[in-house]
Amino acid sequence: MNVLLVLEESGGHIKRVSWEALAAAQRLAPAEDITAVVMGAQTEALAREASAKPVGKVIRVEHPLLAQYTPDGFSLALQQLIQNQNATKWVVFPHTYQVRDYAPALACRMGQVLIGDVIGIEDGPFFTRQLLQGRLNGSYRHSGNGTCFVSVQSGAFRAPESDASATPAPITIFTPMIEPAQIRTKPGEPFRGSAQTVDLGSAQRIVSVGRGIKDAENIPMVQELAAALGAELAASRPICDNGWLPMERQVGSSGQTVAPKLYLAVGISGAIQHLVGMKGSQCIVAINKDPDAPIFEVADYGIVGDLFEVVPALTEAVKAAKA
Amino acid sequence: MKIIVAIKQVPERDAPVRIAANAKWIEERELQWAMNEPDAYALEEALQLKEKHNGEVIVVSAGPERVGSTIREALAKGADRAIHIVCEDLGGRDALGVAKLLAEAIKPENPDLVLTGLQSEDLGLGQTGVILAELLGLPHATLILHVEKTDAALKVKRELEEGWFQEIEMPLPAVLTMQSGGNKLRYATLMGIKRAKTKELRTVNAAELGVDAAPAVTLEQIAAPKKQKSTQILGGSAKEAAAALVEKLKTEARVL
Repeated sequence: MNVLLVLEESGGHIKRVSWEALAAAQRLAPAEDITAVVMGAQTEALAREASAKPVGKVIRVEHPLLAQYTPDGFSLALQQLIQNQNATKWVVFPHTYQVRDYAPALACRMGQVLIGDVIGIEDGPFFTRQLLQGRLNGSYRHSGNGTCFVSVQSGAFRAPESDASATPAPITIFTPMIEPAQIRTKPGEPFRGSAQTVDLGSAQRIVSVGRGIKDAENIPMVQELAAALGAELAASRPICDNGWLPMERQVGSSGQTVAPKLYLAVGISGAIQHLVGMKGSQCIVAINKDPDAPIFEVADYGIVGDLFEVVPALTEAVKAAKA
Repeated sequence: MKIIVAIKQVPERDAPVRIAANAKWIEERELQWAMNEPDAYALEEALQLKEKHNGEVIVVSAGPERVGSTIREALAKGADRAIHIVCEDLGGRDALGVAKLLAEAIKPENPDLVLTGLQSEDLGLGQTGVILAELLGLPHATLILHVEKTDAALKVKRELEEGWFQEIEMPLPAVLTMQSGGNKLRYATLMGIKRAKTKELRTVNAAELGVDAAPAVTLEQIAAPKKQKSTQILGGSAKEAAAALVEKLKTEARVL
């Protein structure tokens, strides 16, 4: 049962989430059957990094037209690699924005469907992914024949350590055939959004507000709680989408990743996109009216109730405790 | 510009969910339904592009009869006409199966641009738009916040992770999946709601589209998630709970 593990890089290094995908791959096959794949125009250093991990071999998929990621280039190159390999049963990816952009098209091209955003693998194998914004889990199975494509949610699997004493895995090069005309989109250089003046990453305490706040005019109530706690104010995506707080205060996959000592979530249901940005926090408190909100799955303390009553009461209690 | 917007009807966000007896999906009978929010952003982008460049906005949605109410909402907001792919077994089809239905309904329209939300709020697969592009043989880009039409091409702003962005240039026709937050959503006006009743809403039976419904991937079972932590729920009145929480944060968690 051969596995192709497609690694993703950032700034010349393999992203950590790629190694979490390796942990998922290990649930499907022994290390010697796992082939790590690095892609780009120059992949030598990446391949060396990968060869130190518990994998059977490493393939450098190298082509000048892969210098910058495009969905056309990456789909084409991987399709050719898979067809060139002997009986690949699994193709495993980290579930990144980049993978979301091309893996569904690649799977479709091969008559398959990506099982995306997987958070667990049970015997069978059955792949667990979240439904309804994290309120339920779904158990998925690959029912057809052929190659099965799987992408793995960040933070769901523990990345295995490198073994410095082990012999590095052998490295080979695969050169795909790509014509410039086959790449239909022209990507620009990545750029930062607005100037980042708020560094949530270094905050010791964060009070974060979500949809439950209902209206922009209710934000000051949460601001007061943050001030009483000496905390930074943050928000989930919908609050920033509505322009109620600036984008730079957004926590989650599209915003900042934080791990403060205290993370207090007010009216945040806890969709996976938010949880990945804060679940490393030391102590998580959730205030929500819905006892089944997924935020309670990661919370240490919870208050189930109307935030419009709880937040002012909490502000008072904090002030009293500090007085 | 002829723009197609693929929209999905999903359970309303705050609707209480109960697992159905067969544990394959949720009990749908008493659910309230709404337009998938990212699709509402796709519709908004389409309407704004039409306002700038003229043309037509056509809404496509697959699902049972109830989907009609969400289609009417899109027409009331300003879409010109709609295609309803009547499909009773949408949940039994995988992402490829659903995208095939949409692709077959879209092909005869020869659109300049196809927009949809980046993902649905119920299944959250985030694949339909990308597969649709593949089936239609069109270039695509995902997680798009802004769309700018140049002569015969597009310049789009794509969201990357952790606060980074990227501009992408691409030819038309194309498929884009829209991220939320790029625009402000409009409400349907009373006039819009009135007009929607006179707009064309064509229904097509899924069976007529000649699409293979056999899935490559199946949802076998759903369940409540297992807790990752044991949460201490603090009860009592708001005041009592707040006092108990402060005490815990001070003496137990030691974070105050």
